[in-house]
Amino acid sequence: MPAPRTAEHFADLATQQRAARLGMWTFLASEVLLFAGLFALYGAYRVRYRDAFAEAVRHNTLWFGTTNTFVLLTSSLTVALAVRAIRADRCGSALVFVGLTIVLGLGFLGIKGFEYADHIEHGLLPARFFSSDVITGPGAIIFYTIYWIATGLHGVHVTAGLCVLGWLATRIAHDRVDATNPVALELGAMYWHLVDMIWLFLWPLLYLTR
Amino acid sequence: MIEVSPVPSFLAAKTGPRAWLLTRDHKRIGLMFLFATVAFLFLGGAFAMLLRTELVRPERDLFDATMYNRLFTMHGVVMVFLFMIPSIPAGFGNFVLPIMIGARDVAFPRLNLASFYIYLIGAFVTLGSLVGGGVDTGWTFYTPYSSTSPTAVAPTAIGIFIIGISSIITGINFITTVHTMRAKGMRWHDMPLFVWSIYATSIIQVLATPVLGLTLVLVGLDHVLGIGLFDPRVGGDPVLYQHLFWFYSHPAVYIMILPAMGVISEIVCTFAHRNPASYRAIAYSSLGIAFVGFLTWGHHLFVSGMSETDAAIFGVLSMFVAVFSAIKVFTWTGTLYRASIRLGTPLGYLFAFLFLFVFGGMTGVAVATQSLDVPWHDTYFVVAHFHFIMVGGTTTAFLAAWHYWFPKMFGRMYDERVGLLTAALVFGGFFMTFFPQFLLGNAGMPRRYYSYPDQYQALHVLSTGGSWALGLAMLLAFGQLVVAWRKGPRAPANPWHSRSFEWSTSSPPPEHNFVGPFVVRRGAYDYDLTQEEADARSTDR
Amino acid sequence: MNEIVREMLALPPQASTVAAEIDLLHFWVIGVTMFGATMIAALALWFTVRYRASRVGGKPSDAVERVQTPARIEIGLIALLVLLFLSWWVVGARQYSRLQTPPDDALEIWVVAKQWMWKFTDAEGNESESRLFVPVGQPVKLVMTSRDVIHSFYVPDFRVKMDVVPGRYTTVWFEATATGSYPILCTEYCGTEHSGMRGEVVVLSPTEYARWLRGGKAPQIAGIVYREPGAAEREIPRESIELVDQGERIAAREGCLRCHTTDGSPHIGPSFAGLYDTLVTMQDGSVVRADEAYLTASMMDPREHIHAGFPPVMPSYRGRLDPGETAALVELIRELAPHERWDTPAQTPSPKPDDRYPEPDAPGLPTYPPTRGVAGAIK
Repeated sequence: MPAPRTAEHFADLATQQRAARLGMWTFLASEVLLFAGLFALYGAYRVRYRDAFAEAVRHNTLWFGTTNTFVLLTSSLTVALAVRAIRADRCGSALVFVGLTIVLGLGFLGIKGFEYADHIEHGLLPARFFSSDVITGPGAIIFYTIYWIATGLHGVHVTAGLCVLGWLATRIAHDRVDATNPVALELGAMYWHLVDMIWLFLWPLLYLTR
Repeated sequence: MIEVSPVPSFLAAKTGPRAWLLTRDHKRIGLMFLFATVAFLFLGGAFAMLLRTELVRPERDLFDATMYNRLFTMHGVVMVFLFMIPSIPAGFGNFVLPIMIGARDVAFPRLNLASFYIYLIGAFVTLGSLVGGGVDTGWTFYTPYSSTSPTAVAPTAIGIFIIGISSIITGINFITTVHTMRAKGMRWHDMPLFVWSIYATSIIQVLATPVLGLTLVLVGLDHVLGIGLFDPRVGGDPVLYQHLFWFYSHPAVYIMILPAMGVISEIVCTFAHRNPASYRAIAYSSLGIAFVGFLTWGHHLFVSGMSETDAAIFGVLSMFVAVFSAIKVFTWTGTLYRASIRLGTPLGYLFAFLFLFVFGGMTGVAVATQSLDVPWHDTYFVVAHFHFIMVGGTTTAFLAAWHYWFPKMFGRMYDERVGLLTAALVFGGFFMTFFPQFLLGNAGMPRRYYSYPDQYQALHVLSTGGSWALGLAMLLAFGQLVVAWRKGPRAPANPWHSRSFEWSTSSPPPEHNFVGPFVVRRGAYDYDLTQEEADARSTDR
Repeated sequence: MNEIVREMLALPPQASTVAAEIDLLHFWVIGVTMFGATMIAALALWFTVRYRASRVGGKPSDAVERVQTPARIEIGLIALLVLLFLSWWVVGARQYSRLQTPPDDALEIWVVAKQWMWKFTDAEGNESESRLFVPVGQPVKLVMTSRDVIHSFYVPDFRVKMDVVPGRYTTVWFEATATGSYPILCTEYCGTEHSGMRGEVVVLSPTEYARWLRGGKAPQIAGIVYREPGAAEREIPRESIELVDQGERIAAREGCLRCHTTDGSPHIGPSFAGLYDTLVTMQDGSVVRADEAYLTASMMDPREHIHAGFPPVMPSYRGRLDPGETAALVELIRELAPHERWDTPAQTPSPKPDDRYPEPDAPGLPTYPPTRGVAGAIK
């Protein structure tokens, strides 16, 4: 395993790694603000359409959402275990854990896909495409518009996270990421935790507050 | 004082197109940002001159209302996103900040280069919408008009979104750099004040720009797919869009002014040859502006139908933000007291800045006064206010920075008499353009108006005349810099005898900024040391 | 003195009850602004002359004494400034509150803004376009909504302005102090003819105003009847509401649904569905378009506007509905017009055809709209 290189503009390796982590934390802060805008919109419209939103949440299938929550939480566990493994120089285990995380992430997207199909079948689509007879009114339309945009944006981030994890898996497999150079995996895991955390806010707003 | 560097300057090391296009040197990236932003400044300026010329008479002179509406929108988009936001931070910040803290580069040089290309791609996508006729919604994209306007809303929104990504990357890079790459011995309070202002700007860039990204995505979705969250026909609230938009765009104006304030802090201390009247006041007020600036967006919505309580809260918070700016103005002025002031073009721009920024800033407090904003909102008064800050403030500081760091960047000196003359012309042209607009606003002239009632014509003619003068002055100001670059006399490492750290290295600096590791045992404004003593305490060999 | 400063600052005449006090605050704030900017620049210039290097002496490489501003000066200046700004905030907030709170005896007029014109309707159904007729010395409250995009109602001489938003209504009030004609300017960018979307407030003496009223479309009335809303009865909150929802509730509450259906099925009165903007035959044979004015007038004076084929049994709602409630009912009826249903799969919505904005060929691909006339001409 080749020793990690300190880039020439850094004083030493420790500083370089510290900078990488700080950079990732700052990036995660920007991602939080991205979703914060959507949550703020949800909040403003919920105050306005209190009953319609509650009814729309009741219409969402609770077990779809809850299962997905468990899937993502477990995937956060597996990626954390991957980081632990790589720090202990157990690269094989780390690779397995990263693989598990990817499988769970794909599982999340799969369940979401089923759910979307279900929504489409019932006409629970955003804005002008909305065509349900079971649940009507402007509040319902707004709820589903936010639902699609928020879960869609989250899904994009899950997909991006999966790509990052996939790339990290190849890096581990080629010995470019190991105990002496674990930072890339740590950063990827941080991103994955953020994606999970955002879902932990989406889940109650879209499934639990009935 | 290092007069001749033992290593080649960054300009001479590694030449050729690839060495520039694939560079990781923050100085080259900074220069590329500077050239790009200046080009877009002139493009946005050209749009403005067309607008102003059309406004000489209420009737059609050059083009019709449709074209006019597209021009003022593109003027705003180009000026705000392609020029104002990146110009000082990504231009001068990139060049100067690492040297100021004694670092060899920024924390993430490859990301830095990526941010430049992302910015360029975004700029070209935005300008590409011009091919489709451009956009006519105003740079603010208010719904429901932006949802239904039959113009190229989506490409413009996408282009600005991409530029926003570049802005966030710049912010991440600078925050990390300041935290992790200061030279040995440099504490936070030893850093030059420009670094504090860029740091505060970066915080805003990282936290506010994503909200703009979200807003643009929603605008694009609404326009292209009809998926609208603000469409009253599906129960949406168009005013909620305004809240979301201004939640970014108000902090954005602090992205535009904070770096300019940093430039002014540097120039004041250097030309007064003295420590700042209060280092902490300037440093902390930068952070204060960044923080409180997030809390004031509602003052753009005073006449949108908001409640009295909300208006009162936003009104009082807007007052507090102004206090932080005033603290800086007092400190800069106080730094001239008992100083040893040298004259020069940057100082000339400093005077222009002080007058125009105070005037513009106070008119900001005026429009933040709720009852006064009712007649003023969306009139030329507001247009004059923000142009006083953005042109009279930021662009003046931008020009000041060009002159101040010109010798450092290129190793050459410009002609002081020509520099001062063009500075005076810029000031005069600016004032003649925008002061009449305060009066136009008072008289009731709304903004974004293609034609107007006849009684406003005299002031419009005055303003247009000023705009021609301003355009010419800007050309001359940059033109004489180009001449100086080609033919100016060689500049020493520290022509201003400043104690700030970027002057401790050669002009232009070597590729890695310093000859050896830079070690510091003093603050950036220790004018109570002689030059020799100061150099001994901040050295790279 | 007031007049001289007003003219110097290019302010319009003070033609409403609030204009003078707003201008007074304006003079104070702007005066301090100009004074402050000049003082700072003058101080900076004076310091530069007084402390210029050639006078103070010393080489640039020399050390100079460190000067620190005493904390009490810093804090003192900041405190002064905070007090000054807060005083402006207090006065401004109080004035703003007065601007937002119409007097109880205000005459209510309903305003509809659409690209690119203003339409005014009073409680009786008297309608005028672009020109708003009001009596002098009488508070007037405008209840406003938009048909399309956001506009803004601005009368510089009155110092009042309020955005006009689709899907909700906003209010603004003023009391004109002198007869005359005062321009109305749209102050929220709304498209191609934004700068042509102008009007005027025509302020009449009481006798002239009464004469105008008699000459309006509504039948002879002996004066203006409007309802004093009791606080408990006030159906419509000041916060924004979904007008159509409100309309449904009012229709149920007021008994409209006892005679009018909302799904097209025939009943005692004409169905609300498919009614808006269609041509309606009156009992006397005349043909009228069922627009906002017609619908409002039908509610106020149904016996004058009998739809052919229906019995003349509808009661008048004059005094029972205020303009906001009337607006909500009109909005409901408009919502039930055939091309604007959202909620049934069979009817995918299409935007209202409007030859000012031809539809793009495909989503996101704009077509250049045809140029429409000379700027400033109201279409």
